[in-house]
Amino acid sequence: MARLTWRAATVAEARWETASARTLVLDVPGWPGHLAGQHVDVRLTAPDGYQAQRSYSIASSWREGGRVELTVQRVEDGEVSSYLADVLETSQQVELRGPVGGWFVWRPASTAPVLLVAGGSGVVPLMAMIRARGDVRGRQPFRLIYSVRTPEDVLYADELRRHVRDDPGLDVHFVYTRKAPEGWREPPGRIGVATLNSHGWPPDFAPDVYVCGPTAFVETAADILVALGHDSRKIRTERFGGTA
Amino acid sequence: MSSEVDGNALGGDLAEIFAVDLTGAAVTCGGCKTVSAVAALLVWGPAPGLVARCPECEDVVLRLVRAPGQAWLDLRGAVSVRIPLPAPE
Amino acid sequence: MSIISPGFGGRRRSSRPDLPPGQYLTHDFPVLSAGPTPRVPLDRWSFTVTDELGQKTSWNWEEFNALPQEEFTVDIHCVTKWSKLGTTWKGVALDTIFENLESSADYTMVHSYGGYTTNVPVEDLLDGKAWIVHTFDGEPLHPEHGGPARLLVPHLYFWKSAKWVNGLQMIPQDEPGFWEEAGYHMYGDPWREQRYQGD
Repeated sequence: MARLTWRAATVAEARWETASARTLVLDVPGWPGHLAGQHVDVRLTAPDGYQAQRSYSIASSWREGGRVELTVQRVEDGEVSSYLADVLETSQQVELRGPVGGWFVWRPASTAPVLLVAGGSGVVPLMAMIRARGDVRGRQPFRLIYSVRTPEDVLYADELRRHVRDDPGLDVHFVYTRKAPEGWREPPGRIGVATLNSHGWPPDFAPDVYVCGPTAFVETAADILVALGHDSRKIRTERFGGTA
Repeated sequence: MSSEVDGNALGGDLAEIFAVDLTGAAVTCGGCKTVSAVAALLVWGPAPGLVARCPECEDVVLRLVRAPGQAWLDLRGAVSVRIPLPAPE
Repeated sequence: MSIISPGFGGRRRSSRPDLPPGQYLTHDFPVLSAGPTPRVPLDRWSFTVTDELGQKTSWNWEEFNALPQEEFTVDIHCVTKWSKLGTTWKGVALDTIFENLESSADYTMVHSYGGYTTNVPVEDLLDGKAWIVHTFDGEPLHPEHGGPARLLVPHLYFWKSAKWVNGLQMIPQDEPGFWEEAGYHMYGDPWREQRYQGD
């Protein structure tokens, strides 16, 4: 492993995931590959030299010769996120440094059951794990609990449905906090003990748990998991502050 | 204001300095002696610098200041940092 | 070499010749924090000056507010490159605090609730150059900006204007505070662009 340096990344494609989140598909010459859960730092430089830097989780799993995908949720008044979501065009470049992080990662060779708990765009690195498991046709028991404001805010909705259909041993449960779809079995509300108890794995299974979302969400979910009897050493968390 | 990010966000700046990933390293807080992963520290910043605090007692464990062409890493708030390395062949 | 992003402007800002070198003008008031925001009830607030012999002089909130108050308008310059012009504050000049104190120390270490520290020479606190302020723009200073009270030393970079200030320690020799220990300049004059050690 060598020390990190900044690289030029070219936008090969861009696609909207929701009305406020866009995936950038980046060509990064010399990219060494990455693990599911790792992130990159993106740096923007204005014509007058002003610079701003933010971290973004990698959404894609890595395949030889592949590209790096980032899903950027536009944040109110966010100088970097609004540029990446709304302004940057295909064939333009940004600077990128990575892959970063060796703690909040899932390795396909791991055999333990996995519980993924996502709050909002915290689903991005967890999606990379689901994609990586799909790539190798993994058989590890996988569950995603995905807390999201409304059905329209769900990232990767169609692809998640395909994975649930095609990848044996994968379940996805949604928690809607503001508005649930017509006929949904629970009223909208925040993630709670009942949800994590009935849709997570029992602590006896000793799952590896990955929780990603805004700080308050991560703290709530991690506290409940510990109270339910999960070993805090098996709970890995990543908080983001609504990356501006 | 609470911390908005955690030690995962230190990864890029630390990886620019060190050739091993430090987010998975175990750091012992100099205040309460709690051991946590660097990734689990509470982080304020990035400006004027990154300040990483113990998730248990909120004492400062690590400070990292980036300036053009140099970085200052202050670890006086840590008793030790245990860094996982690849096992010998 | 950096890649320039056409159309990326960043936050609303502009550079002007009347600003210190490398600074941009901002109209909002960015919040920078090195830790959790302390919540200090006014009935527990105090400000204490400790001289080099360890003798303490303290003011509680009521006593502090009974001191002569000044209202003034100054420019502030943050080391993270934003400057804000014409900010209006109200508080007590350090000249008033020092009036009846005997000390031959040339330096101070400023202390805050939450543990923050920063070093400022005594002469930079005197002659109408520094205040302990409790009001910004006619409103009580918000905790995010250092309320109940913060130091204000507008002719130095803004990290010297310690938020949540609760005391000054008189010290005979200059010592680094929280950011000065971690690479920032001991003095921090924006007009000489003293951002980091060695600048």
